[in-house]
Amino acid sequence: MPNIQVDIVSAEKEIWSGQGSMVFAPGEVGELGIAPGHTPLITKLNPGDVRVLQENEEEQFFFISGGILEVQPHVVTILSDVAVRGGELDEASANEAKQRAEEAMKDGAAELDYAQAKAELANAVAQLRSIEKLRKLRQ
Amino acid sequence: MAGAKEIRTQIKSIGNTRKITKAMEMVAASKMRRAQERMATARPYASKMRNVVAHLAHANPEYKHPYGIEREVKAVGYIIVSSDRGLCGGLNVNLFRKAINSMSEWDEKGVRVDVSVVGKKASAFFKRFNANVVSEATDLGDAPQLEELIGAIKVMMDAYMNGEIDRLLIVSNEFVNTMTQKPTVEQLIPIQPNELEIDEGKMNHHWDYIYEPEAKNVIDVLMSRYIESLVYQSVAENSACEQAARMVAMKSATENAGNLIDDLQLVYNKARQAAITQELSEIVSGAAAV
Repeated sequence: MPNIQVDIVSAEKEIWSGQGSMVFAPGEVGELGIAPGHTPLITKLNPGDVRVLQENEEEQFFFISGGILEVQPHVVTILSDVAVRGGELDEASANEAKQRAEEAMKDGAAELDYAQAKAELANAVAQLRSIEKLRKLRQ
Repeated sequence: MAGAKEIRTQIKSIGNTRKITKAMEMVAASKMRRAQERMATARPYASKMRNVVAHLAHANPEYKHPYGIEREVKAVGYIIVSSDRGLCGGLNVNLFRKAINSMSEWDEKGVRVDVSVVGKKASAFFKRFNANVVSEATDLGDAPQLEELIGAIKVMMDAYMNGEIDRLLIVSNEFVNTMTQKPTVEQLIPIQPNELEIDEGKMNHHWDYIYEPEAKNVIDVLMSRYIESLVYQSVAENSACEQAARMVAMKSATENAGNLIDDLQLVYNKARQAAITQELSEIVSGAAAV
């Protein structure tokens, strides 16, 4: 019986990798069943269960919170999201990030002055260097 | 015996500091190992993603995603990846210097610079210089999670899509080895084509995927996930850098404390000896007088 290589990865870690005789995944336009030799396909996945049927009739279950499925004739790759994603949810977290920045910036003053920033940095570095020198002299 | 007691107290307090720096060094060493593992586990996703994106770029010439199109630069966005905590040597300072050098080049050309910060240190630094900080992600902890970064990244990606920025760069530390961390500036968007080159052998015959629901839809999602994974990689790598830098900084602090204690011990012994000599000579001269 032909087998198909299955790789399930998320941005943070490799979830599972192994051989299977059939893969079931919750595609955005409907449940998919992928057997070895499937035509190349790429689709978005809905949150749900991914099942991998192994040769010894055992089944592996994985819950994924959405992602992308890529099918090559002998390899199935599931690029899983780390969390449930959606337009509104993403929007909310984007707004949060913006807000945090605005709050942090409230008490700022004056135009961004690269020259000043550079000068202060140079100053700090020079100080460090002289401390280093002093230390060497003392020894 | 003037000052002997003060010296003793000082030696004791430096000894206590040394204990703390020693402990911090060991904690950083163990955290570094875990951070390095995290850095490695994030790689398969990014490389798989790159393969798919590369293939799409070749197979799908009729739809070009905006992330693949170079345009005239009127404004740039920077994502600055720093640590939440200090006591890690020159790690953040070097990074900010690199960032500011790169930004001032744009500034001279009259290009507007937007900044998105990751980590408290960058937040504090760019606030002080009143940079145009548009988004912020802090308190990521030792195990940074993509979920917490999504917002900050999306702000920048949206800005690119809306034409508010024409280029997106990321400044972060590259983990060379435990002793060396290299601040680097890399371009995220537009995606550089040489990054997307794939093996010639694979591209021998032309084939394309079946797209469900449709190519544009899938590619849009893929592209943004790809950028997110790159940012996550940088953050994970920066976290490993932070621990490594802290380990080295604390190691040298411990050594310095040791040197200081040795020096002070010498001074203390001398003072003690001088006091004894003086006392002896007083007794002897007293006896001689009698």
